[in-house]
Amino acid sequence: MIMIKNKKKPIILDNPVINMFRYNIGIVAVLLIMCIIISFATNKFLTAANVVSVLRQISINTYIALGMTLIIILGHIDLSVGAIVAMSGTLTVGFIVNQGLPISAAILLGILIGVVTGFVSGFVVSHFRVPAFIITMAMMNIASGIAYVYSGGQSTRITDDFFAKIGTGYLFEVIPLPVVYMVFLIAIVSFLLNKTKFGTYVYAIGGNRESARLSGVPIKRIEIIVFTLSGFLSAFAGLVLCSRMYSGQPSVGNGYELDAIAACVLGGTSMSGGKGRISGTVFGAMVIGIISNGLNLIGVSSYWQLIIKGLIIACAVLLDVQKGKIRNLKKKKAVNNN
Amino acid sequence: MKQTVLEMIGIKKSFSGIYALSGIDFNLQQGEVHALLGENGAGKSTLIKVLGGIYQPDEGTIKVRGKEVKINGVPAARENGIGIIHQEIVLVPYLTVAQNLFLGREIETSYKTVNKAEMNRRAAEMIASLGVKIDADTLVGNLTIAQQQMVEIVKAVSFNGNIIVMDEPTSSLSNEEVEQLFQIIGELKKKQVSIIYISHRMEELFRISDRVTVIRDGMYVGTKKTSETNPNELVAMMVGRDLESFYTRDYCDMKKAEVALKVEELTQEGVFDGISFQVHKGEILGFAGLVGAGRSEIMESIFGARGYTSGTVYLHGKKVRFKNPMQAIKAGIALVPEDRKKQGLVLGNSVSFNMTLSSLRFYMNGIAINEKKRKKVVQEYTDMLRLKAASPEIEAGSLSGGNQQKVVLGKWLATKPDVLILDEPTRGVDVNAKFEIYSVINELAKQGIAIVMVSSELPEIINMCDNVCVIRGGKLAGKLSREELTQEEIMKYAAGGVE
Repeated sequence: MIMIKNKKKPIILDNPVINMFRYNIGIVAVLLIMCIIISFATNKFLTAANVVSVLRQISINTYIALGMTLIIILGHIDLSVGAIVAMSGTLTVGFIVNQGLPISAAILLGILIGVVTGFVSGFVVSHFRVPAFIITMAMMNIASGIAYVYSGGQSTRITDDFFAKIGTGYLFEVIPLPVVYMVFLIAIVSFLLNKTKFGTYVYAIGGNRESARLSGVPIKRIEIIVFTLSGFLSAFAGLVLCSRMYSGQPSVGNGYELDAIAACVLGGTSMSGGKGRISGTVFGAMVIGIISNGLNLIGVSSYWQLIIKGLIIACAVLLDVQKGKIRNLKKKKAVNNN
Repeated sequence: MKQTVLEMIGIKKSFSGIYALSGIDFNLQQGEVHALLGENGAGKSTLIKVLGGIYQPDEGTIKVRGKEVKINGVPAARENGIGIIHQEIVLVPYLTVAQNLFLGREIETSYKTVNKAEMNRRAAEMIASLGVKIDADTLVGNLTIAQQQMVEIVKAVSFNGNIIVMDEPTSSLSNEEVEQLFQIIGELKKKQVSIIYISHRMEELFRISDRVTVIRDGMYVGTKKTSETNPNELVAMMVGRDLESFYTRDYCDMKKAEVALKVEELTQEGVFDGISFQVHKGEILGFAGLVGAGRSEIMESIFGARGYTSGTVYLHGKKVRFKNPMQAIKAGIALVPEDRKKQGLVLGNSVSFNMTLSSLRFYMNGIAINEKKRKKVVQEYTDMLRLKAASPEIEAGSLSGGNQQKVVLGKWLATKPDVLILDEPTRGVDVNAKFEIYSVINELAKQGIAIVMVSSELPEIINMCDNVCVIRGGKLAGKLSREELTQEEIMKYAAGGVE
């Protein structure tokens, strides 16, 4: 009651458009600054062809990061995504080339394998309360192992036209199909997270598990769905990636989990759960994509790129923590009057 | 006249232009217990933080033993002999009591290693000097909350603290533990230590304090000798008006009402044993007992949040057994849990998010949530509960305790329950919100909702309930009807005076 009299500025969260920018202000600023610097350094950056190419490059990471965002909001982590990319991709290509399966059947099977892997992780995490870090690390090894065992470590070439179209085709001859999938998936996952009971429950579990449980939230079911979704998205990423490379390679997804986690964290998803947005993750994935694209254009060696990428991620996260600290301080001051 | 050890004169403190404290006067005499009373948001915590060096006042002076001092940090507060026992315990659970007491000022041997034996010996001395029985060598994490609090007090005193502030020290203690705390306070008084005691619980103030200062809206209202005032006068000072009747209750005629919830011989091994009771539509059934007697656990079992080994639960005459809270909610049972921060709310999310979390199934449009319906429901319960939130989109964690509790209540009322279980519905809630919550509870009972109210606040049990079950050590120690309810009677059963 006294709170109202004091006319404290409340933290209002209701305008979605303003919020999208306010929430992501740090990462959007980083993104703009980077774009400006790179476009001064090279005139190849701001060309239509390059923009399309950047979007295509970030699409794979974005699929995976979408699932990762949900997982991190839940308060978990999924290390198996990169390995699922490799496993699903390698097996799909193998099924077509070695086993002679029809393409559609092979694709379904490849995706299904990713889905099952995610489901198993989710099941173990939710029913046995094994830390997701551990079980998904185990799944990472298993999935990666399967890809290597099946392929004998060799890459398998695929020449089928239809298969190649999946990752290399265009919509209206301008927009690469992977970008189309990306937009589509962003829309679906955003809808799920923001507009449905499922999404509300994801936030509730990550924000306060005990409270969610007592509120009648089906925690186990939600956890399994989220891990399964992550498995699906990773398998899909594997499919698109193999199609683009005209081959299934067991070594492809290496380190993808870290890029996906980086995108989430850059986008402001809290590693302790309960907070995060799809829009932030998409911006995060853009930052990561533009770093490598820009540095490539400028001609920085890939070894140096690693260092620069690390520094940018560290700085962006530090910025975000500072922002959070300032916000908390203000909030504390506001609350502490009682 | 005793010596004045602390004087705070005209303390003002504002945050971004808004005064949290607008001129508070406060003085503390040697060896007295001085209660600081005020609603949530009145400025008690801010004042204490000024004293503890966490905030700097904009205006005003602080004098310790007549000497003006500047307290510009926690160490400065310590140097002036001020020790604060915060509501949340800030000890390290994986260190021993002695290690905690000497944290940051460890005693070393001549080889620069930590001298554990000496630390344990000195810690044991310190503990014993306050008449407490705690082993200096046990891990703090293995102690009860009450014992941890005592360690905090020992720690504060060990820094030569002679002004000790206790911020709601009894909020998580059982009655027995409260007695122990009061003994320690007695010991401290004998040692001429002065104590500032913050609490919402009126009876406690009257038992242990010498004087009471009331503040309201950041302003000084007045100081009274405890022996010369009464609870009604203090409440009136706190809220700035007379409270005609604090508890609202229109008792129902239970002979006509049907039984809504019936529990027979409910048992969970080692936790509670053979609990039977029934509650009618429109009845408020109280559950009294000491903290830890198993009351919350019984309620959680009925609600499907934990299991039970044997026994039967009947809802409207039909046998039920809920495997999880979701089933219980769908069947029309709601449980407002004991700890709103840990169990009741998702603090980082909005009021609207929290209020509708358990009842989302009512506002679905296919798989999408219908925001209009959701808003309507939030508005409905905001009005009904007189919730003061700047917007339904404000973070639940930024509200005062009373308003947070209203959000939790709203959340459960939105599930449209027939049976409402309230576990400590007014814990940590200010007087005004309490009053409002009582009148809502009464209203709900009048509408025919069966209410089970677990509470450690005897006045609310006595004034609100039709019948009361007293639980002791997981067993039903006694059942009392409204006519038999007195504080003494309940305590006799709760503490085990009668067999």
